[in-house]
Amino acid sequence: MDRGDYILLKILRYDATEPTVEPHFESYRVRIIPGLTILTILLRIRDEIDGTLAFRSSCRSAVCGSCAMVINGKIDLSCRVQAASFGTNTIILEPLPNLRVIKDLVVDMTPFWNMYEKVKPFLIRKSPGPDKELPQSDEERKRIDQYANCILCACCYGACPVLARNPDYVGPAALAKLERFVLDSRDDRPASFIENVNDDRGVWGCDMILRCIDACPKDVRPPDSIVGLRKQLLKLRIKKLFRKKGQE
Amino acid sequence: MLYHDVLIVGGGLAGLRAAVALCDTYDVGLFSKVHPIRSHSIAAQGGINAALANHPDSRDDTPEKHAFDTVKGSDYLADQDAVLTMCEEAPTVVYEMEHWGCPFSRFPDDTIAQRPFGGGGYPRTCFSTDLTGHVLLNTLYERSVYKRVRAYPEFVALALVTDGDVCHGAIMLDQIGGKIVSVAAKATFFATGGYGLVYYYSTNALTNTGSGIGIPYRAGVPLKDMEFVQFHPTSLIGTNILMTEGCRGEGGYLVNNQGERFMEKYAPKAMELAPRDIVSRSIQTEIEEGRAFDHELGKYVNLDLRHLGEKRIMERLPGIRRICLDFIGIDPIRDPIPIMPAQHYSMGGIDTNAKTETAVKGFYAAGECACVSVHGANRLGGNSLLDTIVFGKLGSVAVDEYLQGCTFKPDERLLEARRRAVEEKVKALAGGGPERPFTILRDLRMTMSQNVGIFRTRDELNHALSTIFELKERYRQVGISSSKLSMNYELIGALELENMLDISHVIVLGALLREESRGAHWRRDFPQRRDTDWLKHTVATLGKDGEPRIGYSDVVITRYPPMERKY
Ligand SMILES: Cc1cc2nc3c(=O)[nH]c(=O)nc-3n(C[C@H](O)[C@H](O)[C@H](O)COP(=O)(O)OP(=O)(O)OC[C@H]3O[C@@H](n4cnc5c(N)ncnc54)[C@H](O)[C@@H]3O)c2cc1C
Ligand code: FES
Repeated sequence: MDRGDYILLKILRYDATEPTVEPHFESYRVRIIPGLTILTILLRIRDEIDGTLAFRSSCRSAVCGSCAMVINGKIDLSCRVQAASFGTNTIILEPLPNLRVIKDLVVDMTPFWNMYEKVKPFLIRKSPGPDKELPQSDEERKRIDQYANCILCACCYGACPVLARNPDYVGPAALAKLERFVLDSRDDRPASFIENVNDDRGVWGCDMILRCIDACPKDVRPPDSIVGLRKQLLKLRIKKLFRKKGQE
Repeated sequence: MLYHDVLIVGGGLAGLRAAVALCDTYDVGLFSKVHPIRSHSIAAQGGINAALANHPDSRDDTPEKHAFDTVKGSDYLADQDAVLTMCEEAPTVVYEMEHWGCPFSRFPDDTIAQRPFGGGGYPRTCFSTDLTGHVLLNTLYERSVYKRVRAYPEFVALALVTDGDVCHGAIMLDQIGGKIVSVAAKATFFATGGYGLVYYYSTNALTNTGSGIGIPYRAGVPLKDMEFVQFHPTSLIGTNILMTEGCRGEGGYLVNNQGERFMEKYAPKAMELAPRDIVSRSIQTEIEEGRAFDHELGKYVNLDLRHLGEKRIMERLPGIRRICLDFIGIDPIRDPIPIMPAQHYSMGGIDTNAKTETAVKGFYAAGECACVSVHGANRLGGNSLLDTIVFGKLGSVAVDEYLQGCTFKPDERLLEARRRAVEEKVKALAGGGPERPFTILRDLRMTMSQNVGIFRTRDELNHALSTIFELKERYRQVGISSSKLSMNYELIGALELENMLDISHVIVLGALLREESRGAHWRRDFPQRRDTDWLKHTVATLGKDGEPRIGYSDVVITRYPPMERKY
């Protein structure tokens, strides 16, 4: 795209406080300059053209997880997508799917956080810590790196086809978070803890369509955690079987 | 009206740390403009300082040595008793974070890994690759979930309610509910972060407007040392996204257009790991003297990591590599990173003591919005994350002391009157004049970057001051498109702008009056530190005419007499 070119932004607008006005697209023309991200364009539209446009943002450097949305059909963080990276002059912005729209590109994240809380997303220790650090090798730490990198942006939640039909499914991010603690050498939760996700609302809900892998801006790969948790559950089941046999 | 024993505003590290400490004993409400996990603390990269002595080269490191480095780094403006308290608490709070699950990088002996940072005599910066803020904030948020802290995300503080002596709570905008609510509290604790967004070139998040500093100032709480603004040497050109000091801690070079490692000229011993004020001035000098590269986005020098090799970059600086790929399309494994200095940290803030108490009873502040002062005229890298957690924790102790046996009841009528006044203000904005908030903000930010930057002069500061008067005049004519209270970001921006103008006014006036160079405050017309006249804190209070009154207070000096700073 040449300099001085214009870009046409079509944004899906809706205000839950005015439900009689149907969701509709509004178009904005913005001049393109080098380095322009979708978020910078949104900020400019709100400043210079339409003060009522609603979207979330904070870090503008793809680390805080505020700004997930659908950009030309693909879910991503608006702050890290270059406007010139599409081969077209028209860019369509829509709110993250699978969550209720509050206004324009702002969705209600409550269900996402509820699922997050369900997996007890914190280190569980039986004994109090020593007066130094708990020993952990760098190898052990690296095992959780992939999952600890999650920025809770809900890109995966929006991309998940299972959540689209079953809102009770706990979702990719929560399972990745659970695996982050299960794999942590310092975590004392009982092995049986993962029985909590041993059903269709949990790890067996995933259809392995793998859209979340594409949508994740941080390479967390939630399905790896789902596969890991499923294996753990199978191992538990086998152990139980043997224990029963032993008792007979 | 909402009621809490303790009202905490700010869900970053400082606010969360206070909340998890207080919520077992008291009814705590944690209010934050953005969901706590979106707070700016998430973006911190390099690490957190604590004299753990884990590094083979730092076996004889102690909190006392950490304190000395901090005081020297501060150009002797920090209060030495408070610094020592912070450094002595450091190992404990880092271990606490580790016990709560923080995944620090590790040394081969399974202890927390530590890297060297600028101005530190020893490698004492604990880190988790280059995502230290991310793991710390996640850990504290996780802890707050475990402790069932009552959080109110997307509530913006608009006013602090005091009767002159005692704080009664605050007025908040509930963005999703679309209401202005008053929150009555026996103790109010601000942890609202820094004011970087008053500058155009800044590494800070869009949320760092400093409104949480302007709000108490407007309610009569004094601000301290506001003219001390840190410029980080290495921000990516264009976006000004931070390239952590850890890049240099891991061994990165700074190189000018002559291919020289120019820090040789400015800090021959410490080189790239001199404190930030010194490195930023060096880069700015290289730029001004024509030894920088040109780019359509501005002049720059190179931060070169290539000699570290792919393995070390992938292991220690993966986030930096990712940012470079996402935002400027280069891979630091193969290309040097184009960088320039940019505003980064607010040394000044709400005037507190080491217990986080302010001049108003029942009102506390901690973290970047507060000025204890432990950073003085220049903060060392890795000391701010430490500051947030230590003073978040110590603040909870002070609040607890205050609340024990406290019979104070917040005055509901006072709170309601203030709430109505804020509602009127919103209506006035919606029916306001032709000035758009963003044009005023843009002009303010440009003025601050151009005239109140790394090098300062009386003329430039005077120019900035008169511009701020004009902008304040223009603000009287400001208008917005809608008076709706739900999800109205333009409204929040317009309300915060008033605070940003006030804060900037205080920064400029403090800088103009301070006729010396100390730490990050460098006057070309007064290039010496002048201890006899200026070894003192600047304290600003709002005058009846709406203008700042500047006074001064003593610096606490205990064991380190001021010396010349050489690196
Ligand atoms: C890019 C970057 C990297 C950094 N790296 C390091 C590092 O490696 N080491 C180090 O020591 N320091 C580092 N720092 C500095 C450090 O990260 C910050 O100083 C620190 O995280 C501030 O934490 P805080 O809790 O005070 O505030 P923040 O984390 O900024 O949180 C402020 C909170 O207040 C809320 N808030 C603000 N205003 C209002 C309002 N009006 N109403 C309601 N809520 C409000 C926000 O929503 C947010 O929750 C870095 C800073 C930046 C910019
Ligand atoms: S604004 Fe923080 S991830 Fe985009």
